Amino acid sequence: MKIDVNGEAQEVVGPTVDDALTELGWGSARVATALNGEFLPKSARATTQLNVGDRLEVLAPMQGG
Amino acid sequence: MRDFYGVTLDHPLMLGTAQYPSPAVMEAAFRASGASVATVSLRRESGQGQAFWDIISGLGVHVLPNTAGCHSAREAITTARMAREVFETNWIKLEVIGHADTLQPDPFGLLEATEILAADGFEVFPYTTEDQVLAQRLVDAGCKVLMPWGAPIGSGLGLNNRYGLKTLRAAFPDIPLVVDAGLGLPSHAAEAMELGFDAVLLNTAVAQAGDPVAMARAFGMAASAGALACAADPMEARDMAAPSTPLIGKAWL
Repeated sequence: MKIDVNGEAQEVVGPTVDDALTELGWGSARVATALNGEFLPKSARATTQLNVGDRLEVLAPMQGG
Repeated sequence: MRDFYGVTLDHPLMLGTAQYPSPAVMEAAFRASGASVATVSLRRESGQGQAFWDIISGLGVHVLPNTAGCHSAREAITTARMAREVFETNWIKLEVIGHADTLQPDPFGLLEATEILAADGFEVFPYTTEDQVLAQRLVDAGCKVLMPWGAPIGSGLGLNNRYGLKTLRAAFPDIPLVVDAGLGLPSHAAEAMELGFDAVLLNTAVAQAGDPVAMARAFGMAASAGALACAADPMEARDMAAPSTPLIGKAWL
């Protein structure tokens, strides 16, 4: 299915957020996720189903002031 | 000594991790400065996040995630929740930006986000102005630390409103206060500490210096010197001269 990952269109199989992260190469990465603008805790990724057109944000530690 | 949500800092410098010429320079700057806190952010994973995290973890300092770039309470709250999971800390440097040019905090959004995050167990470090009424509202909402700006972020102007900062110190004797943003020189850091502030937070002044490592060391020394001076009870300034050398015993020439 086609979803939006970090602002870019991506084709993923899913069906869960956890599956999609593994597909995208972030299976073991230290990242935080938000789905359609809402925080999605790590513990909920395996039980959260993706839908066509979902907006997934995958954020990682970065430099900051 | 005032503590930060139960944590006593062994050095009054909080240092940002952005804008350095390289990760190696950033790491060296931290070690040279003695800083006890590193501010970090969350951004879209582009492949560098994991390596960056390894460097930060190795510094052995407290990590203070920010909500930089958030322009609404909603955005800041979501970012804070994501940061808590990634960085495994309840600390959050809460920024809700109200104006694109001055990067001035949005006091209304800041208070709204603080109320929600404090109730959710966050330990909020609010990036705020020196406004005393807002400060009281933030404390009432659960803040046990306040971080008024010295000057706009990245401006290097120093303490724009010395009177306001001094008044804030007097009004909140039990709350740890941090001057966050706008410092350009080590003397600004020393001045803030001499006013009785508990720490200073800066990034650009070190990262964008010609020699960030030397500047980091200078800021570390200045913050420590200012803290030492404040504890040593400085003399009162006066308008007229007062001779320091005794007049008694002066020769009749």
